[in-house]
Amino acid sequence: MSLKTILILIPLLPLIGAVIAGFFRNRIGRAGAHWVTILGVAASCVLSGYVLKGHIDGSIGTINETIYTWGVSGGIHFQVGFLVDHLTSLMMVVVTFVSLMVHIYTIGYMHDDPGYQRFFSYIALFTFSMLMLVMSNNFMQLFFGWEAVGLVSYLLIGFWFKKESAIFANLKAFLVNRVGDFGFLLGIAAVLVTFGSLDYGTVFAAAPDKAADTISIFGGAEWSMMTFICVCLFIGAMGKSAQAPLHVWLPDSMEGPTPISALIHAATMVTAGIFMVARMSPLFELSDAALSFVMVIGAVTAFFMGLIGIVQNDIKRVVAYSTLSQLGYMTVALGVSAYSAAIFHLMTHAFFKALLFLGAGSVIIALHHQQDMREMGGLRKWMPVTWITAWIGTLALIGFPFFSGFYSKDAIIEAVHESSRFGSGFAYWAVVLGVFVTALYSFRLLYLSFHGKPRMDAHTRGHLHESPLVVTVPLILLAIPSVAIGYFTIEPMLFGGWLDGAIHVAEKNDVLAALGHHFHGATGMATHAVQTLPFWLMVAGFAVATLVYLFRPQIADRVRQMVPGIYRLLDNKYYFDQFNQKFFASGAVRIGQQLWNKADAGLIDGGLVNGSAKAIGWLSGIVRKVQSGYLYHYAFAMIIGLIGILGVWVVMR
Amino acid sequence: MIADLPLLSILIWLPIVGALLVLFTGDARPQTARWLALIVSLLTFLLSLPLWTGFDVSTAAMQFQEKKPWIEAFNIHYHLGIDGFSMPLILLTSFFGVLVVIAGWQVIQNKVHQYMANFLLLEGLMIGVFSALDAMLFYVFFEAMLIPMFLVIGMWGGPRRVYATIKFFLYTFLGSVFMLVGLIWLYLQSGSFSILDFHQLPIGITAQKWLFLGFLAAFAVKVPMFPVHTWLPDAHVEAPTGGSVILAAIMLKIGGYGFVRFSLPITPDASAALDWLVIALSLIAIVYIGFVALVQKDMKKLIAYSSISHMGFVTLGLFIAFAIFMKAAGNPESGRMAAMGVEGAMVQMISHGFISGALFLCVGVLYDRVHSRMIKDYGGVVNAMPWFAFFAVLFFMANSGLPGTSGFVGEFMVILAAFKANFWFAFLAGMTLILGAAYSLWLVKRVIFGEVGNDNVAALKDINAREALVLGVLAVAVLLLGVWPQPLLEVMHATVDHLLAHIAQSKVI
Repeated sequence: MSLKTILILIPLLPLIGAVIAGFFRNRIGRAGAHWVTILGVAASCVLSGYVLKGHIDGSIGTINETIYTWGVSGGIHFQVGFLVDHLTSLMMVVVTFVSLMVHIYTIGYMHDDPGYQRFFSYIALFTFSMLMLVMSNNFMQLFFGWEAVGLVSYLLIGFWFKKESAIFANLKAFLVNRVGDFGFLLGIAAVLVTFGSLDYGTVFAAAPDKAADTISIFGGAEWSMMTFICVCLFIGAMGKSAQAPLHVWLPDSMEGPTPISALIHAATMVTAGIFMVARMSPLFELSDAALSFVMVIGAVTAFFMGLIGIVQNDIKRVVAYSTLSQLGYMTVALGVSAYSAAIFHLMTHAFFKALLFLGAGSVIIALHHQQDMREMGGLRKWMPVTWITAWIGTLALIGFPFFSGFYSKDAIIEAVHESSRFGSGFAYWAVVLGVFVTALYSFRLLYLSFHGKPRMDAHTRGHLHESPLVVTVPLILLAIPSVAIGYFTIEPMLFGGWLDGAIHVAEKNDVLAALGHHFHGATGMATHAVQTLPFWLMVAGFAVATLVYLFRPQIADRVRQMVPGIYRLLDNKYYFDQFNQKFFASGAVRIGQQLWNKADAGLIDGGLVNGSAKAIGWLSGIVRKVQSGYLYHYAFAMIIGLIGILGVWVVMR
Repeated sequence: MIADLPLLSILIWLPIVGALLVLFTGDARPQTARWLALIVSLLTFLLSLPLWTGFDVSTAAMQFQEKKPWIEAFNIHYHLGIDGFSMPLILLTSFFGVLVVIAGWQVIQNKVHQYMANFLLLEGLMIGVFSALDAMLFYVFFEAMLIPMFLVIGMWGGPRRVYATIKFFLYTFLGSVFMLVGLIWLYLQSGSFSILDFHQLPIGITAQKWLFLGFLAAFAVKVPMFPVHTWLPDAHVEAPTGGSVILAAIMLKIGGYGFVRFSLPITPDASAALDWLVIALSLIAIVYIGFVALVQKDMKKLIAYSSISHMGFVTLGLFIAFAIFMKAAGNPESGRMAAMGVEGAMVQMISHGFISGALFLCVGVLYDRVHSRMIKDYGGVVNAMPWFAFFAVLFFMANSGLPGTSGFVGEFMVILAAFKANFWFAFLAGMTLILGAAYSLWLVKRVIFGEVGNDNVAALKDINAREALVLGVLAVAVLLLGVWPQPLLEVMHATVDHLLAHIAQSKVI
């Protein structure tokens, strides 16, 4: 099998699985649907692993191949093709591995759902779309994958289509993403107009020569074209990777079944924006202004979205706000040119956040779709595997030394510290304080659900038991990388140049290289951490959470009463939803009503069309009177006319 | 061989003669009328395929030409021929000719033979419009086409059909009268009614402007462009499903076709001078009509407004060429982006044919069962009709321009080219990404998803094999064109390049 064939098979196998499971769902039955999709995704995972291994041992180089020509117009060749370098193969393995875990887990989670086959079809379709996105070698295919994952996300959030909240959430998700895509598309158009090509290789190679190009948007003011392109592309990333203020759809997306919250809304799709910016590093490196913008947006998201996580009671929503906050960390890393650190955190986060979501899902099925943590407590007695893996996921998330999240998050914090880009001071404090917040909401979740007194009703308590193997095995398989992947990969990924071929950093911006001088192995980094501020903030978060949620729950109520304003602000998520609903949604409908009633029906149809019809009716009514049918009327008119003409003739002479 | 036959004549007259035959079957034998209509339309479709397979993509010259004297006193000829603009549109017409017959199979129970005959007649006349190279011949087809459509809406239409038909007729008729004056003026100048002669005729700038406005009056109504669009929602709402499908899928395209066949090549200088007008109206159509579509309560009206908005991309794509030429002054490579605008506009026409046709068929499926077009009368249709829901969601997604469907291709190309012309053109046109998704998917939310809305919905039966066939064929077309538009783009390149080279030259005496 040639390498090109393998690369084509990697996305195609899940697609075939999706088509079979979707169209022949009644013929192949439930088992058929999960087997065909799991086999497809597993094969694609193995093949991705093969490519990654080839990249590691050097037997496979960077592959840049065109598969077919989509269209040619105006001298531009739009193509579908693959660019597979180290960044791509890493993403491919992360995507297919998490996807495979989620597929297996779904057998247990969706066991009683009537839409079983449809669900498998959708998640396999998602895997295809996501692979097309990361494997693309040009902007158009990137946009294809970008919107395709959006479509699947839409279908999956609204999977339980009878639920009003679910079909509201999926519409909202799609529209908010479309706002981002609007920017993204303008960015792509700007790229095409500037470079005359949408091919990554051509564009990146020509980028330095175009650094001084400008565009005038308002009157004569000239803006840097590169800043314009990067900001537009990043607006797309803000939609997909849920950065403030386009983050509003992600918490609502929790209306979908939990496996897809893990796969799409935590591990893979929402990181597409991060991946995209890293991929575009040769462009972003040319615009400090755009990178500052990226950094500030990321910092705001990292800190302020984390805060909301503290007051949520729905277990999935806590994890969702945590995801927002962690995506903010990745975005900050992008903003300080530490692209590798962002990708590194993307990878570790994919494992431990998928683990946390699937753990939450395990709890949810045990409690018969109860998601309110106030109705949980003490679950560790009944669900030991879920409990222990949740602890592992939590320790990774808060960045406890030696866990995977520690390495990636600490690298980001240090990189921000190192940076001198405009806004990095603010970003540094946001990410450092964010550590405290992360520890606080993470342990709050852990204590409220697994520790303390059981608060569920007696009936539910009587039926509690650990989830089946199809659920716990993926948890265990995800727990392993959540612990270990950071320790083993930090050196090659951040300081060993593993991503050098894919990511371009200008020398003056290279904060990771500066960090590399102080790096003396993963063990040293972890032991050194005890002397740093983030570590103690994490301990403080742990201590506060332990005191409040394990021993003195009344403190939480007292704090809430002490600062009611802040509590209300957080509980209402800074009023973003209310504002968007009032201003954008209702506003658009009101504009539509006004235009329709006043302009379309009123002015054009009422005034011009029917008005001219009425005018003609009125005019012909007058003219009709002239045609009376009496001969003497006509004779009289003739005489008058004759006299008139004669008169004119006489005068003219 | 097939290529030696006078194919275009056959494609025009076969359905027209077929229409007469169907008419003779009488009211008593509806089944015979249906089968006969199906055979005729299928045959027409099959005979239109050699136009594609035998098409020479390397030339911009007219192909499959036929020329006979018709009215020699006025130098009028029966002159047919096609190029890269008309060929895809003829195939689209013959394709939908088959689909509407199948779609009306059971739905129409009243005067079946007349219904079928009308559609065959319409098909022949529309193919005539797309293949006529003599202005008088074109005008005859252009006007004659109104009559069967008038009858379709008037006889099988809804309660306000009389208002709608008169509005439809007067609007379109009024527009084309101005074109007729222009054509006669051109005849007096050139001594012939040959459209190709008109293309080469040098004309002063003032005369060009008057001609341009005359053509604009005719074609803007057909497209329809803001502000002469208000006949379309009424016509759609009152028309039977088949009428709406042909109206949206084919008849609107005649407006866009008119611009590339008449306005741009005959009056290039006036087009360049007045391009701002068309561009402004197109952008208004895209944004303003997008908002209006959002608040519609009637599904057909919503799709009608969405059609107007999407057709804005056609006129935009055609007329940004001049701004691109100006930006690219002296750099021919960069001026080639203009071709992307024109080709994008053409792709948008074909794609909109598939999508809007499919959407009206979807509404028709629901209307046949519940007899309501109102959004509020539905809700949770997916529970009763999963296969229907699959198709409806696919087509509404295509309508909101999802990549991988044909709806994306034209809009994408036009937006890219528009950016080249002016950032704000691209910005405003790009709004469709948000607005199109908003009105399409909000409708999906209210009609398709949710709990079963009422007893009517609960009693719905999923689509039958006949409906599945029609929607399935369209779904394949929408996806194929979205994943691989190259075969369609390929047939247009030579023609588009020729047109652009032609309009870049001044014709002013």
